[in-house]
Amino acid sequence: MVLSEDRTVFREELAGGSKWSHVVKRHDVLRIVDVRGRANVSALLFNRDLLLERYNMPDTLKAQYTAYLTRGRVLLSDMGRVLFSIVEDTCGWHDTLCGYSDGAQIAARFGKKRYQEARNDFHRNAHDNFLIELSKWGLGKADLGPCVNFFSKVVTDDIGKLVFVPGHSAQGAFVDLRAEMNVLVVLTAIPHPLDPVVTYEPRPVELIVYHAQAPSAEDECRRSRPEATRAFENTERFFQ
Amino acid sequence: MSLAGSRLVESSLDPARASRTDVVLAGEPWLGRIGRGQTIRIVDLEGNQAVDTLFFAADDPRDRYSAVDTIRAQGNLYLTTGSRLLSTEGTVLLTIVADTCGRHDTIGGACSAESNTVRYGHHTKSMHNCRDSFLLAAARSRVRLSKQDLTANINFFMNVPVTPNGALTFADGISAAGKYVELRAEADVLCLISNCPQLNNPCNAYNPTPIRVLLWDGGP
Repeated sequence: MVLSEDRTVFREELAGGSKWSHVVKRHDVLRIVDVRGRANVSALLFNRDLLLERYNMPDTLKAQYTAYLTRGRVLLSDMGRVLFSIVEDTCGWHDTLCGYSDGAQIAARFGKKRYQEARNDFHRNAHDNFLIELSKWGLGKADLGPCVNFFSKVVTDDIGKLVFVPGHSAQGAFVDLRAEMNVLVVLTAIPHPLDPVVTYEPRPVELIVYHAQAPSAEDECRRSRPEATRAFENTERFFQ
Repeated sequence: MSLAGSRLVESSLDPARASRTDVVLAGEPWLGRIGRGQTIRIVDLEGNQAVDTLFFAADDPRDRYSAVDTIRAQGNLYLTTGSRLLSTEGTVLLTIVADTCGRHDTIGGACSAESNTVRYGHHTKSMHNCRDSFLLAAARSRVRLSKQDLTANINFFMNVPVTPNGALTFADGISAAGKYVELRAEADVLCLISNCPQLNNPCNAYNPTPIRVLLWDGGP
């Protein structure tokens, strides 16, 4: 879908390795674009009006009998409500099982690179980026949990072994997330923890917020399955 | 039934020498402290019972069991003997040292009133559920635990296979009467259990039943 500029609220490029937080207003859409290919964006989500309410990986997966996320699916909170609907996705698979990197993982994989020597090319990690950004909203360690890893694909075999699929996301791939409540998004563009890439080279992404319509009665995500329909009913009750 | 990838290991610990033994009825929580080096055993007394379990570092409960870090570090979705349970801050909290069941889930989460409405219909909102048990135990406890501390838990004895094309399935229980799992604490931890009261899916074979929790002061 081509975006008309008059619907666009803003666009922003997020440097690889960096972090971002923003409240996406109800029925606006956050588009995340993989600018160069092979990006990974780890994201935590909260209800801005009730910060105790947050993205819940198990509730999201079991309600939709899926182990990954793509168009037509919804991201559920721990209160049975919809945070985001995935209304467009050119990538096809987003991981939510494998978590995010921390300082020890990044150092073990890529070696240490400190600010003192490297200035702003130092090795950052998702755990610390999350803690910094969460703190700006009065959140912290207790709010770390399973994230969504946009643009990353990890499959499992019959005995549960995890296999990262390299090169899954192409240059220009994007995902559109329609907010069904006011969603606090905390995200960071750091390599997926299972990406076997050997050099620390976090990819940039573009973040675009644009106005959209409230979901109709026939909305694809609302109608995707009865579980999603009921989650939309719970969400709309919150605003009645 | 033996599952591919499972590591069936029996324990040599003697229940008669346990320092603590509790029977936890279906629909009840259990909150206890496990000191470093102590061993906890959870026994599925009558079979096919899901035991929803969270662990916290005793000295900082904000540092707690992390399903996704545990999965990532072991490169596998399922828990069995040898699985090291990692925290959000990268601490090894416990290790599974014995397992006569073979596979335990950690992506299926805990049922709640709200998730029941989504999964089974609005009419199920009043049914008892795991997160109510977690919340009540947390609210009653002298430890500062709250809703904020509830995160993706372990479901001991529950089988939630993921297919290679990414479908999530809830398979028949693989547990049976007397099956158990045993964990050695590698740090001082708090353990919060909800013995699952779910009646709307086969995780408890539609008949939630009691479990036994045993603690030993040391290993074999």
